Amino acid sequence: MDLSMRWLSDYVDIGEMSINEFCSGITMSGSKVETHKTEGSEISKVVVGKLLDVKPHENSDHLMVCRVDAGTGEPLQIVTGAPNIREENIGDLVPAALDGSTLPGGVKIKKGKLRGVVSEGMLCSLGELGLTTHDFPYAIADGIFILKQETDKPLVPGMDIKEALRFNDTTVEFEITSNRPDCMSVLGLARETAATFDLPLNIKEPSFKGAGGDINNDLKVEIVNKDLCSRYCAGVVKNVKIKESPLWLRERLRASGVRPINNFVDITNFVMLEYGHPMHAFDIRYIDGRSIKIRSAKEGEQITTLDGVERTLTDKMLVIADEKKPVAVAGVMGGEYSGIMDDTTDVVFEAACFDGASVRTTAKALGMRTDASSRFEKGLDPRMCMPALLRAFELVEELGCGEVVSNVIDCSNGVDTQKTAPFDPEWINNFLGTDIPEADMIRYLEKLEIKVKDGIAYAPPYRIDIERGCDIAEEVARLYGYNNIPKTIIRGVASGELTPEQKFTRTVLNTAAALGANEITTFSFISPKYFDKIRLPDDSPLRNTVVITNPLGEDTSVMRTTLLPSMCEVLARNYNSRNERVCLFEIGNEYLPGEGELPCEPARIMFGMYGDEYDFYSIKGIAERLLDVCGIPDVSYEPCKGVSETFGEAPAFHPGRCAEVFAGGKAVGILGELHPETAENYGIGTKVYAAKFNIPELFGLTRQKKYKPLPKFPATMRDLAVVCDDDIPVAHLEKAISEGVGKILESVKLFDIYKGKQIADGKKSAAFSIVMRSAEGTLTDEQADAAIKKALKKLSELGAELRM
Amino acid sequence: MKQKLEQILAAAQAELESCGDLKVMEELRIKFLGKKGELTSILKQMGGLSPEERPVIGGLANKVRAEIEQKISEKTEKLRADAAAKKMAAEALDVTLPGKAPEPGRLHPLTAVLEEVKEIFLGMGFDVVDGPEVETDHYCFEALNMPKHHPARDTQDTFYINDNVVLRTQTSSVQIRTMETRKPPIRIISPGRVYRSDTVDATHSPLFHQIEGLVIDKGVTLGDLYGTLELLMKKLYGDQAKIRLRPHHFPYTEPSAEVDLVCFNCGGKGCSMCKGDGYVELLGAGMVHPKVLEECGIDPDVYSGFAFGIGLERITMGRYNINDMRLLYENDMRFLGQF
Repeated sequence: MDLSMRWLSDYVDIGEMSINEFCSGITMSGSKVETHKTEGSEISKVVVGKLLDVKPHENSDHLMVCRVDAGTGEPLQIVTGAPNIREENIGDLVPAALDGSTLPGGVKIKKGKLRGVVSEGMLCSLGELGLTTHDFPYAIADGIFILKQETDKPLVPGMDIKEALRFNDTTVEFEITSNRPDCMSVLGLARETAATFDLPLNIKEPSFKGAGGDINNDLKVEIVNKDLCSRYCAGVVKNVKIKESPLWLRERLRASGVRPINNFVDITNFVMLEYGHPMHAFDIRYIDGRSIKIRSAKEGEQITTLDGVERTLTDKMLVIADEKKPVAVAGVMGGEYSGIMDDTTDVVFEAACFDGASVRTTAKALGMRTDASSRFEKGLDPRMCMPALLRAFELVEELGCGEVVSNVIDCSNGVDTQKTAPFDPEWINNFLGTDIPEADMIRYLEKLEIKVKDGIAYAPPYRIDIERGCDIAEEVARLYGYNNIPKTIIRGVASGELTPEQKFTRTVLNTAAALGANEITTFSFISPKYFDKIRLPDDSPLRNTVVITNPLGEDTSVMRTTLLPSMCEVLARNYNSRNERVCLFEIGNEYLPGEGELPCEPARIMFGMYGDEYDFYSIKGIAERLLDVCGIPDVSYEPCKGVSETFGEAPAFHPGRCAEVFAGGKAVGILGELHPETAENYGIGTKVYAAKFNIPELFGLTRQKKYKPLPKFPATMRDLAVVCDDDIPVAHLEKAISEGVGKILESVKLFDIYKGKQIADGKKSAAFSIVMRSAEGTLTDEQADAAIKKALKKLSELGAELRM
Repeated sequence: MKQKLEQILAAAQAELESCGDLKVMEELRIKFLGKKGELTSILKQMGGLSPEERPVIGGLANKVRAEIEQKISEKTEKLRADAAAKKMAAEALDVTLPGKAPEPGRLHPLTAVLEEVKEIFLGMGFDVVDGPEVETDHYCFEALNMPKHHPARDTQDTFYINDNVVLRTQTSSVQIRTMETRKPPIRIISPGRVYRSDTVDATHSPLFHQIEGLVIDKGVTLGDLYGTLELLMKKLYGDQAKIRLRPHHFPYTEPSAEVDLVCFNCGGKGCSMCKGDGYVELLGAGMVHPKVLEECGIDPDVYSGFAFGIGLERITMGRYNINDMRLLYENDMRFLGQF
């Protein structure tokens, strides 16, 4: 809402208050000011000039040399090329930009020479002053603005042009919340101003004299759909004179951001801006049968709206119709056909009240949000119709532009819309945490025209938001001043605690960082094409996504079912930024469609890394340590050759360098080197490693850690090298050793893998360091040898033999 | 003999003085004090002395021995110290060279600030509650006093999955889920991702994070909301932090407020950081609307409560002076490594 301060001053006098004081005060009482600007602020040193003489330029056939009285003493010589300045214009008043003046758009005017003749300034057109012919209809667009006396104050040479044209209003832009459509009006903001600064308010009831006649001879009105139209008031103006509005009206519209058109259109806009209630004007010639029905549109019915667009309506929409056709989309826009033309003689004014939700849905469906619809959709009160209509007639008479028929038509569905709320000062103080005296509360409310009687607050018609005790508390609080409310601490005791799963997730988070991975945050939505980039087959279950019907773009159109593409994107971005070594992780949700209305949103941790010093065992090392710190027992790693029942991401990995991680009998993670194609699809020219773990599953497996006594007896160590088929996983060899050695095994660690000379093709040598220890006593060599022998027996079952 | 002893002492002192090596020192000790050393051989001749002379010479000999021993010990100590000092000098390092240690990872700045906020609220007795991001229209709007076609829905451009399912535009949906499952007194925060169809720029993102807060109990006041939020800001930003409440409107709170933080940079005078305002818009808050309480089966005549929604990006950017929101989602290591 753009408020003209000049218009505001018609109703409340803010005196010497600075604009900044006004803006900050009214913001703090609840009407938030976005910004304010003053018209013509870019214009300086432009004055009213009187043409004393106009002569052709000696070196040009289109330039004219003028002598101009600009109130500066000696007349100035100004050269102009405008076609509308000729000898017959001598004596006219024009805007003269003096030497050193500025114009909108940062234009600076300096004294200079034009074809050898000195010009001490510039005569200005409307456009050069930032104005249009809508603002000054008597001027021409492409020529010097020849001024007309429009105010009581005589125009004299030397007068500042902004003052002469009254082009110096200040506009304050408000952000009005949806509960206060009344503040989308000058009167609404005048009331707020008066209440905020405790100033008198001078609003008078609108009235008109009337020129006789009976409207019932001219018009019939019937509300057919009483649910969507609560009131319809109409009046008729005859013998209208369509012309431009006077300056005072035009300038108020201009400062409010509305273009002046002609007096009747301007009056409807003026009333809407002043009262906050939209109005409409029809040419009565085009109302078939002189009968207006407010009814639902017929499915497929058509109307060309004022903007010249043909619209097809549905039966959900409300129209104003005559006997044959719709003449307006109710509350949204009028029809082009019945609009006010220059030859219009009789006009119908409408002030009506339509259902907010219906107007909103209709405006949305037709894709035309208008000043009217944006007011109706917030819910206006039917009691505001009549004052708006009366104000329009008052203006018609004031402008002398028609004869108002003395009576009006007023149809209503008869529903009482008076809003009330309980007024209980003690409750209000308890609710706010204040100690405001009842008398003060009543004073605040009365300033807002809320009447209090017998414990009940009665809202004025324009306050659609007052319904409950808390609404009254808010009115009291905002005039008392939110910041005068004492700050208190919540009473009572409470203990806050993270749930075990939240604590677990925090451990995962902190451990991942401690292991050298940097946390990232990425968007939850991705492009469905990313599934191709990570090599998922067409039938991959991960392609079953939650789809956004109105995404910003394809790149953000589906909710991710895996964190991997987001990780790859970030790795690629870092790779392109030439960050040499990058190790990252993200904890985030996946969105997995299921049976229910809403998807599952399980939490995952995804690691990703690249860099020269990393290999498969770097990512595996991170996994091992993470699971250890998190207390996950009995973890095993199995080769995953591009397929996994649990992890749809398996095809994104190198089939020979990928492991599925098992714990507690189920797959809880997947890790490895990404498939070279995956890396290539992201433009990463080096090996990329990734790992993913399912956090809820891990949490389900955590065991409370228990202390094991420190060893009392020394350990016995043996190294063992075996030769076996190359494709036997080391984990299987370790398992065999562990089974063979039995409970005296403390640890078994691989320290060497060898292939090549002395080892047959297709075989490998694996060397282990085995530590054995007993809690009962020092192991003898015999005991140790016997254990190793058993281990070798188990190994030979796998085809692994002692390397000689 | 006396003269000889004095000569030995003088010779020993001279030789020891000039000795610069611990090995030579040992040789000198043997030469003068050893079993076959010079002093021993003199003492062996003591038998030939008169009984009067013996104690005198004996005394002198002991004194000479003691002095040589003293000298050896002093000199040895000095040589050891010198050698040690020399070794240390040779081993001196350039302490300005960079250290070596495994590089730890960093938490994302949003997480770092969120963890801090969680700690503050846990300390004030709040639980942390999670809720779904893909949410029904009911929890995201209807139950929050925003029926279909409510104009306030316009201020939250919504991503739709279908007519009835949306990406939540605010964490307030968790208020409803919490009140449905918990009975008052309730104190919770609910951090999480929220979605609005805004295109990405320095201050907007289609995905951002909110921290919802909800307190429901008997006798909770607007003053409590004011006090709680100011306490939070003082804990986050230091004791000088000051907030102001400004009347606003949200359909699910009444009264509603927007909460502004006095600009750090200018202390409220207005500067380029706060766009001349003196204040930075921080969060929305208010007293839970009685319709919302009723919707969740809580009697508004018995209980009252407040709710707030903090923009995590905003407080994080304020904390670290980050001027472009996009940095938070680009995840460049040169950015992440700074926190």
